[in-house]
Amino acid sequence: MDFGDLVLLFVGAALINNFILSRFLGICAFLGVSNRLSTALGMGAAVVFVMTISGTLSWAIQNYILEPFNLPFLQNLIFILVIATLVQFLEMVIRRYSPALYEAFGIYLPLITTNCAILGVALLVAGSDYGLLETVVFAIGSGIGWTLAIVLMAGLREELEFADVPPSLQGSALSLLIAAIMSLTFIGFSGVVPAL
Amino acid sequence: MLSSIMAATLSMGVVAILSALLLVWASRRFAVQEDPRVELLANLLPQANCGACGFSGCSGFARAAVEGKAPADGCKAGGPAVAARVAELLGVSVPSVKRQVAHVFCNGTHALAKRTGEYRGLADCRAAELVSGGGKACTYGCLGLGTCVAACPFGALTLGSEGLPIVDKEKCTGCGLCVQVCPRGIIKLVDYDQRTFVNCVSPAPGKLVRQVCQGGCIACNICERTCEYDAIHVIDNLAVVNAELCTACGKCAAKCPTHVIEWQVQEGREPAAAAAAS
Repeated sequence: MDFGDLVLLFVGAALINNFILSRFLGICAFLGVSNRLSTALGMGAAVVFVMTISGTLSWAIQNYILEPFNLPFLQNLIFILVIATLVQFLEMVIRRYSPALYEAFGIYLPLITTNCAILGVALLVAGSDYGLLETVVFAIGSGIGWTLAIVLMAGLREELEFADVPPSLQGSALSLLIAAIMSLTFIGFSGVVPAL
Repeated sequence: MLSSIMAATLSMGVVAILSALLLVWASRRFAVQEDPRVELLANLLPQANCGACGFSGCSGFARAAVEGKAPADGCKAGGPAVAARVAELLGVSVPSVKRQVAHVFCNGTHALAKRTGEYRGLADCRAAELVSGGGKACTYGCLGLGTCVAACPFGALTLGSEGLPIVDKEKCTGCGLCVQVCPRGIIKLVDYDQRTFVNCVSPAPGKLVRQVCQGGCIACNICERTCEYDAIHVIDNLAVVNAELCTACGKCAAKCPTHVIEWQVQEGREPAAAAAAS
């Protein structure tokens, strides 16, 4: 796979098959922490970080444990277990060696442990024939796409605080409408690259 | 079949045990020493996370207090009781603080205050203040949209049917959030023991006050002449109670022609003014 293919893979993961707006994964966090731009950015950074590492780890588990022993049905179970362990472990290490980063991630790191987008990357990687490098690119692209969607959402919601919204649409109703319209626009990316 | 069950059990078991061991090892290897006083102190706080102390929530205050960056009596919501316990934990002395509560200095009920228009915008006093003053003729009076009620994390404020917020003195912790959000500065913190209040903030001359509100202070000086303790004075067209000198006898409230002076009957005390009036 050459460099061009990797770029395509990245764009495909970030925009065309955007995790929130095309695959509808990680919606809970998308709606829950998109009230402020700064918190959305913090959450996004944590997702990119965890997604990359857990995606890579899942790739290793799939290729070195599940496939040799013919145990594909263990995917969900083992990925959840390993990702949860990994995030806990990383939290301890970061807290010990980089208090600044720990403060920046704050509550978001443990929050996304069981985020479905994280598990989604693991399962998609396991179901594909990606190599290590492709897995990393795919995971980073997915994370950045997720961040892009939540940051856009947070920006919109910050502006909406000043709008006069009818009572029946206030809160989650309007958020879901906005998410739907954003999703429609992102569907426009599909077909840009015929192979993806 | 059996072999695949065995393989599944074994591989899951091995992975799970390895994960557990990794976490146990990591929790010892990478343990971060935290001052145990932080947690003890955080348990003393009200956990309302109101932010009145100036730190990010109760845990933020606990950390700052242990580091000496926050005063022991910094927790406004907890009041003297919490301050004393925090001081005891930190081993410092704390000056005794009088309990403070919020008080609404406006008498402009629906019945008394004149209205010039109807406000139909965002139900928030700060927004109403920006456009047209919310429809009340008095430019100093309470807008009555309940921004202070929404701001109160302790449920101590309710919007009365008269259109003015009512403070529940027992629930109020004196955190001052309502004082900050009120765009007209009507809510102020007063001593819990204070009994006499002039419920008006308008510095306008009596004539102008009368034009917009039947319940405002018209600076008639009757209270000043009535008071036997030199505790109430008209300053800038507004009667002001000196809480240090006021004995809460209630005579000024009884004589006030617009009934803008509020006198809270104290339990177990003979209402002197009522006796004088009868």
